Amino acid sequence: MQFGIFSVSDITRDPVSGATPSEAERIEAIVQIARKTEEVGLDVFAIGEHHNPPFFSSSPTTLLSHIAALTERLIVTTSTTLITTNDPVRIAEEYAMLQHLSKGRMDLMLGRGNTAPVYPWFGQDIRKGLPLALDNYNLLHRLWREDVVDWEGQFRTPLQGFTSTPRPLDDVPPFVWHGSIRTPEIAEQAAFYGNGFFANHIFWPTSHSLRLIEFYRQRFEHYGHGTKKQAVVGLGGHAYIAKRSQDAYKEFRPYFDEAPVYGHGPSLEDFSTMTPLSVGSPQEVIEKTLTFHDAFGDYQRQLFLIDHAGLPLKTVLNQLDLLGEEVVPVLRKELESRRDPESAAAPTHAGLVEAKYGDRPARQPRPNANRGDNVTGASPYQDSDVEAEYPSLG
Amino acid sequence: MSETNDKFKLVIVSGGTSDPSSTRMLADRIAGRTADLADQRGENVAVSVIDLRELATEIATALVSQLMGPKMTKAIELLGEADGVVASAPVYKAAPSGLFSSFFHVLDNDLLIAKPVVLAATAGTARHALVVDEQMRSLFAYLRALTVPTSVFAAGEDWSDNDLGRRIDRAAVEVLLLMESGFADKVRSESWKSYQHEYGSAGGTELDIDLGSDLMRLATGGSADPR
Repeated sequence: MQFGIFSVSDITRDPVSGATPSEAERIEAIVQIARKTEEVGLDVFAIGEHHNPPFFSSSPTTLLSHIAALTERLIVTTSTTLITTNDPVRIAEEYAMLQHLSKGRMDLMLGRGNTAPVYPWFGQDIRKGLPLALDNYNLLHRLWREDVVDWEGQFRTPLQGFTSTPRPLDDVPPFVWHGSIRTPEIAEQAAFYGNGFFANHIFWPTSHSLRLIEFYRQRFEHYGHGTKKQAVVGLGGHAYIAKRSQDAYKEFRPYFDEAPVYGHGPSLEDFSTMTPLSVGSPQEVIEKTLTFHDAFGDYQRQLFLIDHAGLPLKTVLNQLDLLGEEVVPVLRKELESRRDPESAAAPTHAGLVEAKYGDRPARQPRPNANRGDNVTGASPYQDSDVEAEYPSLG
Repeated sequence: MSETNDKFKLVIVSGGTSDPSSTRMLADRIAGRTADLADQRGENVAVSVIDLRELATEIATALVSQLMGPKMTKAIELLGEADGVVASAPVYKAAPSGLFSSFFHVLDNDLLIAKPVVLAATAGTARHALVVDEQMRSLFAYLRALTVPTSVFAAGEDWSDNDLGRRIDRAAVEVLLLMESGFADKVRSESWKSYQHEYGSAGGTELDIDLGSDLMRLATGGSADPR
């Protein structure tokens, strides 16, 4: 079981102090938050992708490779990478590069994005959002598994003889989570490929997330990747912790009341009752998080949202201390004791390498010599089975 | 149908805000008349009421956060099980009240498909009379509900005019006959899939997943037909 945090990357005015951080301050702060995530013993740091203010995270792999360089154990990932408006070829290249630089301490979560103008800004049509996401992933999946890809889909320019470089680390593709809150097709795609499925699990009641996760588990088994229990499930969560419950409510309320998305709507008390939001003492947050396990069974990754709505850096770092010292150690112990030995382990690069190679050494692709035209032809790697066919004018 | 004890479930949605409210009174008269008529025909009508005044903060919350509170959840459950609906709004500024419209804006698009609905409205002046047919009827057309031919509008002077009673009688006959016909149930059992749905819509009851669709083929590595 992996625990971590996920950030939307919003730059929001602190409603208590009235101050809005600059982009420079917030970007510096997120690096500190990520380093602290490792320092307090958590496993995962995830960042979103946005292409409009007030968000800063337009280039997640740049940020994540920097964080990976500053940490030793932390897994860096996304929440989410836009599989609709990014060219899947660029996703294949950028995240493979991140995988090499982080020595495999990374994965990624794919999502569609819900900011309508982002689609036209990147030359796409939001009405085609779902087929675009599905089609793009079909290509991404192949780019990381086949040295040379010929491709023709509905949306992207066709590819002939394309090799995505660098090849994944140890020739093992990064682990992929498909994130969705209400789209059965996304859950089906995750199940078909045997990938992970992540439910945002923030604004919606647990019963809502449960439907799609159950469907994903059934389909995972249907496609022969293992039993329902062996499907790989991740959940979001949303927490504000203080030593005493009443302080947690008092401190969090001004941020909650003015938060983007849900602010000025439901009361903090209603939202805590009706959604997965946990506000309270460490014990209360532990108890609420254990109800997720009651509902969903064994799952592999729990991410908390703790740095949004203008919460100042000092508060966020304090939240991490409380998570790392008082909440997560108890959750690890409790969930381990409830764990069915049949359920899947949390995905890591080492686990994927072992699953692919066992005791054998991993493949290390070495390119053939450049023939002088900067195109390597049909057999780009020395150990490739494919015979090279060079075009000739004769 | 004469000997049946099965009750038709008729749900009033009232946007009236005062107590007593003429908007609620108008809806009560329509529902009461429908129940009387059913009684004369050996049938039963069970009437329940959703007073939107009590849901006001939950409706506002749902509009800004999509979060359905316990009263909204109960209202959606009632409408999902309804055989017929009486929707009654006060007219403010030449439009049905924002509270009334907002309630229907946050409902799933497929919750009321084919269900018979009596449209009713009250106003301070007869100049608002066409609000029912020109604004409310289009809202319910969007929801694919079956509005009955007679709409019931009451300005101040109508409360002393017997014609209002006659219009109420007419609307009551219309909604009762439509409930008796079982039209909504038949449309839903024979043609439900031909309407657009989202996963989890119809108040959380629409959970069918079509594994043979183009998109599902695309999800599993195949290709969808180009459009």
